[in-house]
Amino acid sequence: MVDSMQAIFSADDYGVHYPDSRGKFGPYGGKYVPETLIPALEELEEIHATAMQDAGFQDELNSLLETYVGRPTPLTHARRLTEHFGGPEIYLKREDLAHTGAHKINNALGQALMVKRILGKNRVVAETGAGQHGVAVATVCALLDMECVVYMGSVDMARQAPNVFRMRLLGADVREVSSGSQTLKDAINEAIRDWVTNVPDTHYLLGSALGPHPFPVMVRNLQSVIGREARRQMLDPSVGPGQLPDVVVACVGGGSNAIGMFYPFVMDPGVRLLGVEAGGRGIESQKHAARFADPKMGRLGVLHGTRSYVLQDEDGQIALTHSISAGLDYASVGPEHALLRDRERAEYFYCTDEQALAGFELLCRQEGIIPALESAHAVGWLPELMSDVSSDDVVLVSLSGRGDKDLDTVMAELAPGA
Amino acid sequence: MNGNDCMTGVERIRSAIAKRQGDATAAFMPYVLLGFPSRMESVAMVQSMADAGADLFEFGFPFSDPLADGPTLQAATHKALLNGTTTRQCLDIAKELRDAGITQPFCAMSYYNPIFNYGPARFIEDAARAGFDGFIIPDLPPDEGEEMEEACREAGLALVYLLAPSSSQERVELVTEHSTGFIYLVSVLGTTGVRASLPDYLTDLVALVRANTDTPVCVGFGVSNGTQAAQVASIADGAIVASALIDTVLGPNGADAVKCLARKLAQGAHGH
Ligand SMILES: Cc1ncc(COP(=O)(O)O)c(C=O)c1O
Repeated sequence: MVDSMQAIFSADDYGVHYPDSRGKFGPYGGKYVPETLIPALEELEEIHATAMQDAGFQDELNSLLETYVGRPTPLTHARRLTEHFGGPEIYLKREDLAHTGAHKINNALGQALMVKRILGKNRVVAETGAGQHGVAVATVCALLDMECVVYMGSVDMARQAPNVFRMRLLGADVREVSSGSQTLKDAINEAIRDWVTNVPDTHYLLGSALGPHPFPVMVRNLQSVIGREARRQMLDPSVGPGQLPDVVVACVGGGSNAIGMFYPFVMDPGVRLLGVEAGGRGIESQKHAARFADPKMGRLGVLHGTRSYVLQDEDGQIALTHSISAGLDYASVGPEHALLRDRERAEYFYCTDEQALAGFELLCRQEGIIPALESAHAVGWLPELMSDVSSDDVVLVSLSGRGDKDLDTVMAELAPGA
Repeated sequence: MNGNDCMTGVERIRSAIAKRQGDATAAFMPYVLLGFPSRMESVAMVQSMADAGADLFEFGFPFSDPLADGPTLQAATHKALLNGTTTRQCLDIAKELRDAGITQPFCAMSYYNPIFNYGPARFIEDAARAGFDGFIIPDLPPDEGEEMEEACREAGLALVYLLAPSSSQERVELVTEHSTGFIYLVSVLGTTGVRASLPDYLTDLVALVRANTDTPVCVGFGVSNGTQAAQVASIADGAIVASALIDTVLGPNGADAVKCLARKLAQGAHGH
């Protein structure tokens, strides 16, 4: 059984309800878009609200999550990793075992189904960085018989070549974006340009908890299946430790796997929520994507329709980011994370490329799991975390995806010239 | 001191448009990207447009992620940024143009982040001092415009909002209520760039906007030759031209060719 979406609404009982009707998470979020797109966003708000309450839609989504995506994904007790650190019990939420190999499909399937069933739109455009979101969108478009165009930066196409081929096999039209930094941010620009041009028959299937309202809340709701399942599995002594985790760790690119994991725990005050950003070659190097960690470049700004922390230069031009992981290589972060951080409900740290690679190797050797380089940032934070937890604590890690797509990158880093 | 100095920015814009208002006439508003292809050339381009008959100016401020722009303006803003053009420099260029005797109203066209980063209130103050009369911010709909609106109101400067073919009656009402100076009507679904023809629905679209407001309506996105400027003049109050000018200035004999195109655009808009 897949945990039902309805459960989300009880989560609001803890007091405040974000976002507000204007799509604001406190001072963050909103709708900073060209006027042309406003009607499409209003329409999305409506269908999102309808879908959340429509039992027929929920049944269809849940049934596909179960029979097609393979949910619920398992909770794995990482015994050897636990032993390795000699500290707290470590559990892994295995989004890497979802169909297509990452959490991205939860959102892609939900949005595509909404748009197809309720709006009747049949063309989907998407951006992709690591290619995992693009593969998920291409997959659900094949499943639901929809036309699919994926924009991807040239740099990312080179470093995630297997995913480009996968998308094309699945029938997607993958279009190379060679403007700007040729990574995720430029792919988003291009997807938005396509959307502006074709808005009457096209849906923009945004892949993270980012962008203009209602995307951050819609993506969060669709991804909260991760946290709802994990919470139930943790509490169930036949599957997990029979208690809530003391600490939850997730990597933060745009922030969708993290918010999906965090949200169902937000009301549990004893659960620490830790997000890990991409520290690249270190903050000093200015080659990173740690929006919260760089007081100089990471400031409040507006990018891609939402107000949040944005890496930018002194003049407000968006900075070029760097991460070994394409999926975390982005200049802004979902607005709800900025709010959770302000309220000290979640804490944010960063892992350098080097720490992430160490996390990658560690999980391969200790657990026989090859993680995505994105997820390796969450694992890579564990050594630091150990000094900050007691040995009877329980730690839950969001293993957002698997690493097959990253083998070329890791090979070049770990065995240059091999 | 001339009479212009006693007017607010909104009034100067309204007055420049009113001078050309008529059944078959409209104001000609060229877009000049500041710092492109170089600072000096952008200054010369403004002079050349003024000579050719520009009634108002739209001055582009470059931004790294121009998501409402097509390939021409993307490449041009990229070049302007490589030249080291900053928001502060754009304000200085405008000041220099005022000092050189250019009197037409200036509208700054900038994406929101550089303004937000500069500080909206401080930006408007500095822009007013540099000689700006109004602002066009493609990614700032009225829903998010409160802070800018307030600062503009205080300074007497215009905050021009946009409408599009996809706009509902509700949005038309909201935008016409909040937009000052004029309404920027985006003629097509899509990004900036040259189009072979103007869409058939444009007449009805302008009529829909007019039914809700007395504020002038200027049409932009895709207007690229004298004939199209004349078409716009027959239904609206202003013709805004950007990409066609940039494409032309980059072509053979750019400086002369762009002046020649500007004359044709002005003639088309002015009805002769
Ligand atoms: C496996 C995996 N994890 C995490 C991310 C980062 O995205 P988000 O922060 O939205 O979860 C990506 C993005 O491509 C990904 O592929």
